[in-house]
This record gives sequence, C-alpha cells and structure tokens, in this order.
Amino acid sequence: MSELKILTRNVSRPNPAHIDSYLVNEGYVALPRALNEMTPEEVIDEVKIARLRGRGGAGFPAGMKWDFASRDRRKPKYIICNADEGEPGTFKDRVLIENDPHAILEGMALAGYAAGAEKGFIYIRGEYPQGARILERAIAEATSRSFLGDNILNSGFNFSVTVHRGAGAYVCGEETALIESLEGKRGQSRIRPPFPVNVGYSNLPTVVNNVETLASVPPIILRGGAWYASIGTPECPGTKLYSVSGHVARPGVYELPMGVTLRELIFDNAGGMREGRTFKAAFPGGASSACLDESQLDVKLDFNSLAVAGSMLGSGAVIVLDDTADMVKATHVLIKFFEHESCGKCTPCREGLFWVRRILDQILEGSASEQDLDLLLEICEGIRSTSFCGLGEASVSCVESTIKKFRGEYLAYLRNSGSGEAETEAAS
Amino acid sequence: MSADVTLEDVKQDAGIEEEEEQIDLAPVHRIIDSLKETKGMLIPVLQDVQTVYGYVPEEAANVVADRMRLYRSQVYGVLTFYTQFHLTPRGRHIIRACSGTACHVRGGKTVISKLEHMLGIGHGETTEDMFASFEKVACLGACGLAPVIMIDNDAHGTLDSVKTERIMDNLREMDTMKRAE
Repeated sequence: MSELKILTRNVSRPNPAHIDSYLVNEGYVALPRALNEMTPEEVIDEVKIARLRGRGGAGFPAGMKWDFASRDRRKPKYIICNADEGEPGTFKDRVLIENDPHAILEGMALAGYAAGAEKGFIYIRGEYPQGARILERAIAEATSRSFLGDNILNSGFNFSVTVHRGAGAYVCGEETALIESLEGKRGQSRIRPPFPVNVGYSNLPTVVNNVETLASVPPIILRGGAWYASIGTPECPGTKLYSVSGHVARPGVYELPMGVTLRELIFDNAGGMREGRTFKAAFPGGASSACLDESQLDVKLDFNSLAVAGSMLGSGAVIVLDDTADMVKATHVLIKFFEHESCGKCTPCREGLFWVRRILDQILEGSASEQDLDLLLEICEGIRSTSFCGLGEASVSCVESTIKKFRGEYLAYLRNSGSGEAETEAAS
Repeated sequence: MSADVTLEDVKQDAGIEEEEEQIDLAPVHRIIDSLKETKGMLIPVLQDVQTVYGYVPEEAANVVADRMRLYRSQVYGVLTFYTQFHLTPRGRHIIRACSGTACHVRGGKTVISKLEHMLGIGHGETTEDMFASFEKVACLGACGLAPVIMIDNDAHGTLDSVKTERIMDNLREMDTMKRAE
C-alpha cells in the first residue's frame, strides 16, 4: 500500500504554511461553500457520512461529537483543537501545524459553524514554540482575509481562534485535563460524564478535536463524505498519519489509508528495518499501547483491528524495535515516563506506577524473583481497572504486553542477576 | 556540625553574602495590565513572567496572585505542576535531552551521558557559571530524528557522541562571543 496524500497534500510545497500557498490548492474553498450553501446540520451530516473518527486516540465519531454540542442549548460554545501532542513516539501533528496551519484553522471554523461556536482555542504543547508562532501568524493572515474573525466573508458567522501554549504536562492531552489547564489550573482530569460536549470549558458545551481530525474536515466538505468513506476500511475510513520511529531505516510521518498493515507500513514505506537487523516488536499506538510481536506483522493498523489484536491505534505512533532491543529496559523507560507524568490525582496511578517502576528496577538489578512478575501483573491490573483517567488505564499496557510476549527476557534477568539480553544502546 | 551553628554562620563561612537584590516587579504589573480579562489567563501570565526573568521569582508569583485575585497556593500549585516552570534562576541556555523510548532505543543514553559529562551537571541542574541548565525530558515530538536534544528553541537530531560534542562546543563558543560583545 502506498502513500495517499490528503492531509499532507501541501507539505512538500514551497513555503507551505503561508496563506497564499494554501489558497492555491483549494484552501478556504470548503468554508465559504459551507457558509453559503449548507446549514450547520448539513455540515454535521457530511462529517457523519464520512464516518470520520477522532484521531487523538479514542476514535470517537467526530460528527456525533459536533451533533451533541450543537443540540445543547447553552451558549457560548467552544471548539478546542488539541495540539498537545505528547504521546511518546507521536510527531504527526507537528507536521500539520508547521506545514499546513490553515487546514487546521479552516477545520476549526467549519467545526465552529457546525456546532454553533464562535470561539476556538488551540492548546499546543510548550515543547512546540515554533509551531505556536506559525499558528499565530496563520491566524493573523486568516483574520486579515476574513476567513476568521467577525462576520466571516459577509456570512454573519463569527469565529475567532486563540493559541494557548501548554507548560509541560503529558496528562493535558487528556481532554478534561486540557480544559482544566486552559482555565488556568493544574491539569488534572475531571470525572466523565458529563462529557465536554455538554460541560467543557467554563462548564459550557465544548468540542475537543485532535489536530489531524480537524485538518481532515475541509477535504470532506469539499469532496463529500461518501468520497472520504470510500478510503480506508469501512469502520475506520480515511487516511491516517502514522509516526514511525525506532529501528526502521527511514523514520518519519507517513500518510496511508487506514487499515494498512504493520508489515506494509514498515517494509513498503519506512524502508524496512535497519541494515542487517530483524523485526522484534512494535508499539503501534505510542507508549500507552500494548506491543505487537512478529506474529502480528499483518495486523491492520486501524482502531478496530488493533483492538481485536489486544492493542490500540491511539495516535498512530508506531515505535519499532529490532532484535537488539531489550524489552525489559524499553518497558522500564516507558514506565519511568508514566510515573513522572502521573498527575497525582488518583491513588492507583500515582502510587501504583511508583511500585511498578520499583519492581522493574529490582528486575534490572537482579534482585527480584519470579513471584515479582505476578505481583507486577497484579498491580498493573489494579492500575488499569481503577485509575481515574485514560493515562493511568493505558500506562501499564507496555508492562502487561511485554511480560506476555517476551516473558523469557524477564526470566533471563531473574536468572542471571541482571545480565539479560543484549544492551540496547550498544547496538545503535 | 553542632546544633548551635546557624545557617547564617554556614553562609558566612562559605563567603556567601545575603543577596538583598531587589527584583524589579514593574514588568509583572505591565503583563497583567495588558490583559483584557484575567480569567483563565494564569498560565500565559506565568509564562510571560518567566520569559522576563528566566524563572518565576517568588515575589513575582505573589504579585500575580494578588493582582489576579487568586490564592498564592493556587499559583504555587500551578507553578509546581507543570515541568516548564522554574522557581530558581536558570542558565543562559536551556538544554533538553529527550529520554523518550524512540530516542532511548537509538542511543539517547550515550548523548545524555555526553552532555552530563561536558556540562558537569545532572538533570535539573545549572552550571555554576550560569552557562546552561540541563534537563532530561519526555518525548520532544521529533522521534523521526532520534536521538534528539533541544538547545533553547532549536531541535538537533540524529545525534551521537561526536556530534553532541561539536554542537556543545559551538554553543560555548557562541556564548563566549556574545558575552564579550
């Protein structure tokens, strides 16, 4: 399967972030069409026909989200673009932000028109200062040409966008934590339900969509939902940006129809494994997804197929490991990340991850026993089933899946007092 | 150390003088004056304050709390929650090394050891001459270039020990030149 450039259609053009480059390639054609020829309900219907599913990780149908917000009678309403791309291994939104910011803004304006919102926020992670500047410039450009602001293109529709820079917290990628942060508070998740579509920013109806989801909207309005639904798989239509990193020959962001297999992504697109090395495992949905092994190379990388395979698509961050990788050490690195990023609100995640990391320390030091593996799995089960938000729930996937698929490597550490598999670093 | 030795004595012995340096708080007031509305603006305000001082001095945080009608504990809570806020002065350059998985499997650890060795400091520390502060951070979102570091606002990728050394030497040279001007 080869690349299909819908979201990345403008990426290789000269000066891609500039509004004139965007306009040349059917930019800001969908927005006036929607404002002049379509009702908000028709825009929602088109996105529903497209069966566009949220690209942030949950895969919730975008059209339904907009519909829920539009049916809520309270005003004002808000659109939030989640650009807090923090899942380790994910770098796809950065490509869109830096190369096609106007596609994101046009998508936000369309979402605003559909849901009945006049105000949008882009919450961008603090690690992307350049991205924030590009977005701010794009907003100024779009406002000066009346694609944003009051009375857009004399349609009577108002929509303005503000950029908020995050301050360094992984949990703020979770939508309710993001809203707390946007309100100027510590980024700790809220209980759901109520969902943000009804009780979001300032407790008002709020649509939170990922960068990639919003950038998918202008092409859908332009070419129709049916066209979009014909790409990819029936349950997960459209193209997906896959961030491929780790031990492949050509790491990078690849846009492919949903449902491409892991094998096709790695070997047909990312240049295969590094010279002389073989595939060992991949985390298909970033740090919080369960790993796949060699027997699963033909699994399709879409929401449904990966769920069936016991993992998840998440944000499409495919971290590939070859035969030099030490799975126990890789898991240790992942868990240290989650332990650090736990917001501290709920006990299972805050305390549980501390203990998971401690036991992994002991395994690596050679001071653990085989019983500790069972204890590890027991704690993971507790964290998964009782954490307050998705961060905690998904944080232990790496431990559970590596113990299940690479138990031998853990046992090697337990037997050999720390002289387990090949050093990960030495091989790079 | 016996119990009757006070902190003041220790400081005196070490030649540390109490710095009664007054911080000019006018920029903090200007930042808040420029807001149309203060609601929800705490984080952007603190980010601007940090841009001015390089960190968020306690006095500045207190002004922010008072002017924005927030409890000081609320402001402190936000400052300590987000990793990008700093409560102590930092170096002229901020060096962030990615310790994420994609960088780890591509030799990130070698780069981190090299940086720690060259700077003589560890995570969260600042060199004595205020040249640089060093941090190990979670994924920088540039995994295609692994292993990656960020120096101030610029990302440097596909690093190894040699390349890291060259980049750091250049930074030191530029820093010396700039200070000489």
